[in-house]
Amino acid sequence: MTTTVLKEPVRGDTPGAARDPRRTGRTRRTALPYLLLLPALVFELLVHLVPMVIGTLMSFRSITRFTLRDWNNAPWNGLRNFRVAVDFDAPAGEALLRSFLVTIGFTLCSVALCWALGTAAAVFMQDTFRGRGLLRALFLVPYALPVYAAVITWVFMFQHDNGLVNHVLHDQLHLTDKPSFWLIGDNSFYALLTVSVWKGWPFAFLIVMAGLQNIPRELYEAAALDGAGMWQQVRRITLPSLRPVNQVLILVLFLWTFNDFNTPYVLFGRAAPEAADLVSVHIYQTTFLTWDFGTGSAMSVLLLLFLLVVTGGYLLLTSRGRRAGNG
Amino acid sequence: MRSIRAAATGAVVMSLALAATACGGGTDSGDGAGGSSKTLTYWASNQGASVEVDKQVLQPELDKFEQQTGIKVKVEVVPWSDLLNRILTATTSGQGPDVLNIGNSWTASLQATGALLPWDEGNFAKIGGRDRFGESALASTGVEGKDPAAVPLYSMSYALYYNKQIFADAGIAKPPATWDELVADGAKIRAKGKSVLGAEGSNPSENIHHVFVLAKQHGADFFTADGKPDFTSPKAVESVKQYVDLMAKDKVIPPGNAEYAQNQSVSDFAKGKQAMLLWQSAAANLKSQGMKEDAYGVAPVPVQKGAPGSGTQVNSMAGGINIAVFKDSHNLDGATEFVKFMTSDAEQKALNKAYSSIPPVKSAQEDPEFAGPSMAVLKDTLAKSAAALPQVATESQFETAVGTAVKELFADAAAGRAITTASVKAKLEKAQQQMPAA
Repeated sequence: MTTTVLKEPVRGDTPGAARDPRRTGRTRRTALPYLLLLPALVFELLVHLVPMVIGTLMSFRSITRFTLRDWNNAPWNGLRNFRVAVDFDAPAGEALLRSFLVTIGFTLCSVALCWALGTAAAVFMQDTFRGRGLLRALFLVPYALPVYAAVITWVFMFQHDNGLVNHVLHDQLHLTDKPSFWLIGDNSFYALLTVSVWKGWPFAFLIVMAGLQNIPRELYEAAALDGAGMWQQVRRITLPSLRPVNQVLILVLFLWTFNDFNTPYVLFGRAAPEAADLVSVHIYQTTFLTWDFGTGSAMSVLLLLFLLVVTGGYLLLTSRGRRAGNG
Repeated sequence: MRSIRAAATGAVVMSLALAATACGGGTDSGDGAGGSSKTLTYWASNQGASVEVDKQVLQPELDKFEQQTGIKVKVEVVPWSDLLNRILTATTSGQGPDVLNIGNSWTASLQATGALLPWDEGNFAKIGGRDRFGESALASTGVEGKDPAAVPLYSMSYALYYNKQIFADAGIAKPPATWDELVADGAKIRAKGKSVLGAEGSNPSENIHHVFVLAKQHGADFFTADGKPDFTSPKAVESVKQYVDLMAKDKVIPPGNAEYAQNQSVSDFAKGKQAMLLWQSAAANLKSQGMKEDAYGVAPVPVQKGAPGSGTQVNSMAGGINIAVFKDSHNLDGATEFVKFMTSDAEQKALNKAYSSIPPVKSAQEDPEFAGPSMAVLKDTLAKSAAALPQVATESQFETAVGTAVKELFADAAAGRAITTASVKAKLEKAQQQMPAA
């Protein structure tokens, strides 16, 4: 890492300045951005860290309907809430584990599809053709729409009796023997996946498209001269060049999808079907509908730890890969 | 450089100051529980067709209150889906409204938090005494043996709404009085290509109301006498099975209703697609959807066959809305004054008329406005055969757990899976395990 050293010494007023004016100048330069960041930092603390700390404190207490009002003085519960959350033989732990596995499966499917669709669209949109601008704008619509409005529209489309989805699949294409249920029962998983991918892939498209702009055209021209086809170009040039972009993209998509609350909540209401019972909604249910605030907090802390481990591991893996690749 | 540093320092100081006020704020702001004696905040539940309608109904009344007392009421109409969360948040922070509406079935649960002002004899005396209120409405204001945690505001009861035209076309002379008659009528109605009975299969609270009534008709309860959950007794299982069987076996509730949760069944009925609807105080809702009042009839909810029949067997939960005062209110006198105003005869008549509910205040109930034939059915049910949902602290968890179990059973029925005593019992067992131990 290199640091730019100031060319002109700056007059300083601290004792150290007399000895080494260059050094103070650098200190001041490096301190200023942090000072300017501080207001944002303070609010970040207030908005994110403070609730996180409160949540963690709550997870060690027994907070029920009787102690809720004065939760600060609720009885200390030690690790009991955590034990309830991970006791997979008891109903609460068993339900959390099931919900966790559903979320993992759902997240992996959703991220993979979002990424594949986004990349395919971005690669396809690289060539200039008539109507490209319009198409690009259209692709971003799901990303721009407010979540509630978008998801409630999907609710209408997934309705059993007069929804568009059954109308197309059953009435027009005759793919099913009878109209299917999408918002209850096992199919709800696919309904959730559809909406999630529809909402998530434009972001992947946007990021990959930006990444593509950085790949020099000459590489493709040289490859074409060497006789590489379209598919070979994608495999040997596009994908390797996109690696750093994809690493960040996949991590962000993973975290967003894993933690998504709005989509399942608007789609299924407060009692999600088992097949689509994501962890975020499950914790909400435990906390606010079962009024078990202590266990709910413990579950949130466990989820946070899990995501920290996954993110840390992922960053470690990818940065090592990058170093190896560069070295 | 120096000026930049000064600016930066200024920004930091300012943000810290802002942060400090953000943390410590609220105690002296004009809103919420910290209001001055000349203002009150009121969270009203969403009673009308929309939040806007409620504001139009309530504002003129609140203006009247301000004229009489000089106290300004800031009203916020909170949708049902948010109300309980908002109350819980206000309970933890102590930063709530002064006065609020609660669903009467939650009263015992909220009473357990200790956040609501208890209505002892002294407080009741300030609003005219507890004798002014009907017995069934008072039954859902808190745990028995304790001072009520709220005061009844609007009362409702379930009734069977039926489409006269569809009944005439199917050759049915009178509305069904028993479930067997309803199922038999259903066959005739289905033959005419109409759907029979609506339900909100994905709404846990609606499910609870119906299985609770059926359980009462079977002589079962979901809680033991000392307040412990008892969801799996043979009679409770039978009651839940009977309700889900209306779809699975009797084919009167169409499978599509298994995913209804946004009052779609009311729309189906208002549009004339469906012959019957079990609903509480539906008149205002049906009117707002364009259904004429003479197009439908109102009858008591069916009962099990055999004597004693309708009027003696429970055929509704005692539905309604209570008004409560937050204990943390800095204006308890003003808040009590407001409750007195809202439960006065004049306001009871005006508000219950607007919402097509029944006044829990007996003297207001005598008004001819509430004497029409359909109102008479609701009033009669409420007086003679409505039962309050279990007034136990875990009531709201019971609604979620059993209501969701019924939702899952409906989903199974809609998918064509068999509904058996064993499958119903398994779901109810799971629901019972989710209940808190204490």
